[in-house]
Amino acid sequence: MTTKPDMIEFRNVQKYYGDYHALRGINATIKAGEFFSLLGPSGCGKTTLLRTIAGFEGISSGVVLVDGKDMANVPPNKRPTNMVFQSYAIFPHLSVEQNVGFGLRKDPRSREEKARAVGQALEMVGLAGYGARSAHALSGGQRQRVALARALILKPKVLLLDEPLSALDKKIREQMQLELIKLQREVGITFVLVTHDQEEALVMSDRIAVMFEGNIAQLDDPETLYRLPKTRQVANFIGTMNFLPATILSEAGGRAEVEAPGLGRLEVDVEKQISSAPATGKTTIGFRPETVTMLYDGQGSADRESMGTVAEVVYYGDMTYYDVTLDGCADPIRMSMRNVFGRPVLDIGTRCRVGWSPGAMVMFR
Amino acid sequence: MKFPVLRTYTVLYLLFLYIPILILPIFAFNNSTTAAFPLKGFTTQWFGRVFTDPALGEALKNSLIVAGSTAFFSTLLGILAARATTRYSFKGQAPLSGLIMLPMVLPEMIMAMALLVVLLSLGIPLSLFTIILGDVLICTPFAVAILTSAFQSLDKSLEEAAQDLGEGPFSTFYLVILPLVAPGIISAMLICFTIAIDEFIIANFLGSGEKLLSTYIFGQLRFPKNVPNIMALGTVLVCVSIALLATAEFFRRRGLARTGAKDTGGFL
Repeated sequence: MTTKPDMIEFRNVQKYYGDYHALRGINATIKAGEFFSLLGPSGCGKTTLLRTIAGFEGISSGVVLVDGKDMANVPPNKRPTNMVFQSYAIFPHLSVEQNVGFGLRKDPRSREEKARAVGQALEMVGLAGYGARSAHALSGGQRQRVALARALILKPKVLLLDEPLSALDKKIREQMQLELIKLQREVGITFVLVTHDQEEALVMSDRIAVMFEGNIAQLDDPETLYRLPKTRQVANFIGTMNFLPATILSEAGGRAEVEAPGLGRLEVDVEKQISSAPATGKTTIGFRPETVTMLYDGQGSADRESMGTVAEVVYYGDMTYYDVTLDGCADPIRMSMRNVFGRPVLDIGTRCRVGWSPGAMVMFR
Repeated sequence: MKFPVLRTYTVLYLLFLYIPILILPIFAFNNSTTAAFPLKGFTTQWFGRVFTDPALGEALKNSLIVAGSTAFFSTLLGILAARATTRYSFKGQAPLSGLIMLPMVLPEMIMAMALLVVLLSLGIPLSLFTIILGDVLICTPFAVAILTSAFQSLDKSLEEAAQDLGEGPFSTFYLVILPLVAPGIISAMLICFTIAIDEFIIANFLGSGEKLLSTYIFGQLRFPKNVPNIMALGTVLVCVSIALLATAEFFRRRGLARTGAKDTGGFL
């Protein structure tokens, strides 16, 4: 991974719409051949950032480099990037093959060679034989494939995807996610995906930039992002995380001893975290619902145990979600338990033992 | 049973609107020089006379020149205005669009007189050209209205997609935008043509004695023996107008279907 050259680089990219500060100093690099996602809630600037790569959005200051070249005065039609639009932007007056071959108009190859390239592109996206069809008669999933073929036929250095799956229903979306990953591995082109769906980003990406309010809050691979979110905002946006207020008692050698109600004293690793705060004071401990377990009598064990009371039960079939109020805590924590045959679902009000491990705890400053 | 007030009103209203137009063909085929009941018998002689009248031929030719040019220039101006207001937002956009649409509601008589005064004081001789000028003024708002809806239903990302695939602004316009708004353009031209071909006030004020269809018909009505000819001519014009409007609507709807947009109401 680290040996790959940079394909896209943002250097302090700023974008204003009038008074509105849409991009607030973006610094990031996207590597060649990477599946990169821009993830964030609507209005966070992710689409604007993607459009600065394509050239549809000018930037107020900063530099956008694609393959080492400054894109400042390069219009969209001269950039080595191609885009799959959210609405797919299939030309409704053209057939499927005319759509796919649209970008080949200035290509010096012969008519037959271009037709063959169109055929190959359609085959690649699983639409072989659809060439003569009228574009506006296609289903959503098929339009998406046409848009992909139309962009990939030009062999761009970077393929930009603006929420390409958001208009599809759940089944087709999940299928397309896997197909896109496969396709990206086959063609080896750098993919930059914009999405507001955290699950989609985790499933598909090599690395993810989580954006809030025009800033990149965290840029990491999916696992790091999920396990070690740097801020509470990131932690909340990606999956569910429990937060407990805590006090730092001491900090030394990259480890801190903290005390949290419901958990007692524990040691957490702080080296993984951005540490600029003082060594003592108030902090927050966070952990994912699946890192804590319900300990049934005579079953299971854990590093540490806490007592609590079941406050809410949500049954999902394969899983049960419990909200448990730990003794000494005001707010309940959420935990998810896989349902195993023979293990009863607890009722609200049941006293229970909750097992956890200090290693799974993350500290937020 | 209750008396169906609304239903009766609707029927009477429609009869009042369309009976005069229905009477037109009836008298056009009536074998009598006076337009009155009872009918005398069936004839097509009035149609024959109309089509052999050299003055009418001249008037028809002039009207076609005027209506054709008006349709062309109004639509051209309409394309520019519609593109500007739908694609860009600029200062003074709303008042500007208002000013463009204003001739639609201004009394034509006033506009015609005002234009006449200006043209005369500028020393521009009255001709078919000045009639075309006046007609373009009153037809452009219609073209703008139709074309704005055509440009609005155009997804902006289609343009971006064309650029993304290597096309510059001009090739994007003729490869993507033009084909998609073509039905709107045809529709606008047909509507403008229909308005201009029977335009009387402008033709009367801004012409210098050239006969157009409208002024020709007005002149003929003064001679009672020519009334059946006018009835026949009127019948032909009604049929042509309906055909033109239907064609315009057909293209408008096909345009909507092509871009997959929703129908928000048209002229028919």
